[in-house]
Amino acid sequence: MTFWSDPVNFIAAWLRGILAGWGMGAALANILLALSGIIVLVVFALVLDIFLVWVERKVVARFQDRLGPNRIGPFGIFQPFADIIKLIIKEDITPEGADKVVYNIAPVLAATAVILLWAILPLASTIYGVDLNVALLYLVATGALGALAIIMGGWASNNKYALLGAFRMVAIMVSYEVPMVVALLIPAVITGTMSVKGITEFQSGVWIVILSPLAAVIFIISAIAELGRAPFDLNEAESEIVAGFNIEYTGMKFGWFYASELLHSFTFGGFIAVLFFGGYNFFGLEKYPLLGVVIFLAKALFFYWVIMWVKYSMPRIRIDHMLAFSWKFLTPLSLALLIITAVVDKFLAPTNFYMLGMFLTNVVIAWLTIEILRAYGKRQRKAEETPVQPVAEAAHH
Amino acid sequence: MTPVQIIFLLCAALILASALMVVTTRNLIHAALWLVAALFGVAMLYAILDAGFLAVVQVVVYIGAIAILFIFAVMLTRREMRDRGPQLRKDWWLAALLSLLVFAGLAFLLVTQPGVNRSAAVMPEGLDTLGKLGAALVSPDAYVLPFEVASVLLLAALIGAVYVAASKK
Repeated sequence: MTFWSDPVNFIAAWLRGILAGWGMGAALANILLALSGIIVLVVFALVLDIFLVWVERKVVARFQDRLGPNRIGPFGIFQPFADIIKLIIKEDITPEGADKVVYNIAPVLAATAVILLWAILPLASTIYGVDLNVALLYLVATGALGALAIIMGGWASNNKYALLGAFRMVAIMVSYEVPMVVALLIPAVITGTMSVKGITEFQSGVWIVILSPLAAVIFIISAIAELGRAPFDLNEAESEIVAGFNIEYTGMKFGWFYASELLHSFTFGGFIAVLFFGGYNFFGLEKYPLLGVVIFLAKALFFYWVIMWVKYSMPRIRIDHMLAFSWKFLTPLSLALLIITAVVDKFLAPTNFYMLGMFLTNVVIAWLTIEILRAYGKRQRKAEETPVQPVAEAAHH
Repeated sequence: MTPVQIIFLLCAALILASALMVVTTRNLIHAALWLVAALFGVAMLYAILDAGFLAVVQVVVYIGAIAILFIFAVMLTRREMRDRGPQLRKDWWLAALLSLLVFAGLAFLLVTQPGVNRSAAVMPEGLDTLGKLGAALVSPDAYVLPFEVASVLLLAALIGAVYVAASKK
């Protein structure tokens, strides 16, 4: 183990040696090292977050045919620092009638729920927070904490738009949690483990996206919904409810919601990479943990870009369409996919054409889904062609 | 005192304090949030006991589903979030006496239990408790029958909910 191949564990071993030299007990030294590891990981995530503000603003500018921030530093890379100074020196307003304690805890909880996710992200084969055997459930559990933070913020602001935004956000989270959990089960069924690290190690051979492309697509869609980003950004629909659950927050409290949203997107980009696109694996380069980190971050950034790509090219969907899409389309599809994947996986696992069989199964399911949708669309259009009594327009402005 | 004991005591204090706040606070939303804190403390206890699966399920089910449903129900049904009126019944001392008796009885039973002072055996490294639990749930000599009965019950509840909620045309 040299510094250049695995710096984190190299430094940890070096520090452990120093602490032992000072006569410190092994248990205490381990606790100290674990604590400093946590601090390093969290600081890394938050510093990355500052950088993400610039990435997000630069990418959205490109999508909208603008230049984006370009004044401070090369390519405007120091823009986030100006943003931070602005956020910090802004007046901190607590609305009248707000529930002060809950109002102030909410942004902290929102950021915590995201940072907790970093505990299970394997950055490289030897660099990871913890190898939980229930990591996939942990992913769902932290999502629940995030939903709680949003409810708390929306309710404590004493503002009807904030409350409506929070309700919408939780409706999205509760509905899309179902297809997301089922899509998460598919890597678990294929690899036989719920540990994110185990799933990544399995993919040193073949990426799960090849074995189950549909699961990857379902996961990406429900992850975007879980993040509350367009086209599922009903929680902050500017044209309807002004700004959503964080409407009353100013300064750095708003900053925490914004920062946690960006970091959440990036983290989910990381999870898409880890669960379906091999994580730190890339044609044997993962042997060097430092390169593994670079590969992982590159893949996470790519899927973060995909999430932004969707966000800035799609219009917002209507709330009933959003719910119908989850309950009437994604949920049945993911359940059917799970059952078929489990059966096919059992039968094909010992054979030679496992990979091909799994892929073709997914193609067949996708084709059947499209056929069913086409038939449904045809019926709908036929029903529309036959004249019906026009429904009385409800909206009288 | 070992570090685990210190963490346990902190957890227990958190659970007890939050549970007390659940029943004493007058604001219903605050009560629900304190309940979340108490449930989270229980999840921490599970984590201390090396039951990672139970800890995470506790958070998913109780905080992610039940507590959020509570909060929703309170927000959607009550305009006034404050509970007025007396917080204690006239015969509160009877309830206090009964719970003291139950506590004393349980404590007595626990203390007289043989082996109460023995510390738990250390789990062997790399023991796949989750896999064993999963296998036990579907194994015919273990819990497959209760598991399936519970599944049928949940399915019945699901169908019932759809039937009740579906608009009759």
